[in-house]
Amino acid sequence: MTAAILASIFMTLAAAATPILLAGLGELVTEKAGVLNLGVEGMMLCGAVAGFAVAYSTGSIALGLIAATLAGVAAAMIFALLTLGLGSNQVATGLALTIFGIGASSLIGAGFVGRTITRLGPLFPADYAAHPWLRLVFGHDAIVYLSLALVLAVGLFLRRTRAGLILRAVGENADSAHAIGYRVLAIRTAATAFGGALAGLGGAYFSLALTPMWADRLTAGRGWIALALVVFAAWKPGRLLLGAYLFGAVATFELQAKAAGWSFIAPEVLAMTPYLATIVVLTMMSLGGRTGGRDAPACLGKPFPAS
Amino acid sequence: MSTIITRRTLLAGAAASSALPLFGARAQAPFGVGFVYVGPIGDHGYTWTHDQGRLALEKEYGARIKTSFIENVAEGPDAARAIRQLAQAGNQLIFTTSFGFMNPTIQVAKQFPKIFFEHATGYQRAENVATYNARFYEGRAAIGTIAGHMSKTGQAGYVASFPIPEVVMGINAFHLAAKKVNPNFKTKVIWCSTWYDPAKEADAAKALIDQGADMITQHTDSAAPLQAAEQRGVFAFGQASDMKAFAPKAHLSAIVDDWSGYYIKRVKEAMDGSWKTGDVWHGLKEGMVKLAPYNDAITPAARAAADEVQKGIIAGTLHPFTGELKDQKGTLRLKAGETASDEMLSKMDWYVDGVQA
Repeated sequence: MTAAILASIFMTLAAAATPILLAGLGELVTEKAGVLNLGVEGMMLCGAVAGFAVAYSTGSIALGLIAATLAGVAAAMIFALLTLGLGSNQVATGLALTIFGIGASSLIGAGFVGRTITRLGPLFPADYAAHPWLRLVFGHDAIVYLSLALVLAVGLFLRRTRAGLILRAVGENADSAHAIGYRVLAIRTAATAFGGALAGLGGAYFSLALTPMWADRLTAGRGWIALALVVFAAWKPGRLLLGAYLFGAVATFELQAKAAGWSFIAPEVLAMTPYLATIVVLTMMSLGGRTGGRDAPACLGKPFPAS
Repeated sequence: MSTIITRRTLLAGAAASSALPLFGARAQAPFGVGFVYVGPIGDHGYTWTHDQGRLALEKEYGARIKTSFIENVAEGPDAARAIRQLAQAGNQLIFTTSFGFMNPTIQVAKQFPKIFFEHATGYQRAENVATYNARFYEGRAAIGTIAGHMSKTGQAGYVASFPIPEVVMGINAFHLAAKKVNPNFKTKVIWCSTWYDPAKEADAAKALIDQGADMITQHTDSAAPLQAAEQRGVFAFGQASDMKAFAPKAHLSAIVDDWSGYYIKRVKEAMDGSWKTGDVWHGLKEGMVKLAPYNDAITPAARAAADEVQKGIIAGTLHPFTGELKDQKGTLRLKAGETASDEMLSKMDWYVDGVQA
C-alpha cells in the first residue's frame, strides 16, 4: 500500500468518526448532568435537515452549521420541557424525540430531495496538504478540528472548572446539589441544550460535508452508535475520542478489506467486525474492573425532584 | 387529486371511508388508484420512481382518477393493514411496490375479489392479482459497455446491497458487457449489507477508488457513491433515477426506472373493464428501463457501442447473458449460443469470471 492510499484511508476514517464523536460528546455532557436523552438520532436528523435547508437557500455552509446547531438545541428543548419541566419519563420521551425527528426532518426536507450543494472543503489551502503525510494533519475540514478541540475543552471543563464540578454534582446527587443551593433543573436544561447543539452539528456533518444532500433518514442510525459510545467511553471525553476513531477505523477497514478482495474472510464476517470489536472492548473493560454501570452518573435518568 | 395517508391518519381515514356511502358519493366518484411504498418518497431512488409513476397517472387522467399512497410500509404483516386500508377507502386498483408485500397482497386480494391488485417483483398471482417487474440488467449491460470503454485502470467498483438474484444478475450483466470491450476487466464488489446508508455507501465507493477503480456503479439507493466519485475525480453511474445533479462531472449515465407507461396502461384497462391478471417483465424495449442522457465526457466510440447494445437488446438480437458462459468455479452455465432463461436469471447465485465479490 502506498502512502497515498494510507492517507486516504485515514481521511475516510476521520470523516466517519467525526459525527459520532460530536453527537457522543454532547450526550456525554447531558448524561453527566443526570439526563438520559435517547433522542440523539432525532436531534441529528433535525440538524442535518436544517443545516442543508439553510445552506442550500443561502449558499453559506457557515450559516447552515449555525442553523443545524440551533435546530439541535430546539429539539433538545422540547425534550427538556417534557422531561425536566413536566416530569415525563426520560427513556420514553427520548425515544419519542427520535421518532419525531425522523418525521419532522422528512417533512421539512421534502422540498430539498434531489438537490445538492458544494460540500464543506478542507480548512487549509491545498498547498499545505500536497504530500500525503501532510494531508493527515492539514487535509481535514474545519469540523474535524473543531470536534478535537471540543473533546479537549469538555475534558477540561468537566475536570478542571468549578462549573464542571457543579454539573457533575447535579448528575451524581441532585438532592445534595439542590440542598447547597444549585439550581438543578436550570443546569440540567443547559446540559441538555449543549447535547442538542452538538447532535445537530454532528447531523449537519452528514448533509454538509460527508454526503452533501438531503435524503430521508440520512444519518442511518449513527445517533444510536453515539449513545453506545458514551457507555463504551465510561463517560470520559478522552476515551470517547478513542472509541469514535476506533469505530471509524473498524468500519473503514471492513470496506477496504472487501475492496482489496480479501476473500478468505467472508463478507458477512467483515460486516460483523464493528460490532464484534465493540463486544470485545466492552468485555475487556469490564474484566479490568471498570464496568460501564459503575462509571455511570448516579442520578442518570432519575427525575428531579424525585416523585 | 391526491391524498397522502400516513400511519397517523390511518384510523381517521378508516372512519371517513365507512361514512362515504352515506353521502352516496361513490357512484360518481373518480376511479381510485392506491399505492403502497416500502420506503419514503423522498429517497430519490426506488420509491421515488414509483411515485413519479403515480404523478404521471394524475397528469394523464386528471380528475377522472384519485390516487393515494401509504409510504414507509414495513414488509410483513403490517403491510396487510396498509393494503386493506387502501381497499376499504374505495380504491379499485392497488399497486404494492415491494417484493415483501407479496403474501399480504395475496391475502387482502382474497377478501376484495372485485378490486384489482398489482404486485411489483413478486411471483404469486391470482384472478385479481397481477405481477410486474423491470429488466434492470438490460440497462446494466449498456452501462457496463460504457465502463469497459471509458475505464483507464480496467477496474470498476460496485457498491452493492445484498447478494440476492436481482443484484447478482446486475453485477454479472455489467461485468460481462465490460469484459466484452476489455477482456482483462475487473469488477470489485463491496456488500454494504443495507439498501440505504448514504455515509457507508460513500465510504464503500472511496475504498473502491483507493483500490484502483475508476468507474463506480451501485445497487444501493442513495446518490452518495456518485458524490464520492465526483469528489475523487472518477466516473460513476446513477441508480433508479437520473442523478446528474449530484455529480455533474462524474455521472456518465444512469439506469432509470420508468413505471409510468405501465401504470397508465393498467389504469386504463381497469377503468374500461379489460384488466386481466398477468405477469410482465419489461425492459429497454418497453421503456420500463431507460438510460439517463449521456454525459458529454463519454467518447464517441463508447457512446456508439452502448447504443448498439441497447438497439440489439430492443431488437431481440442480443441477450446480455449469452453462452458460452462459465461461472467462477468453471461450471458451464450456458452452452455456446444459448441465452439465459428468465427462470435462470431469477435464481442466479453465481458470479462470472473477473468479478471479485
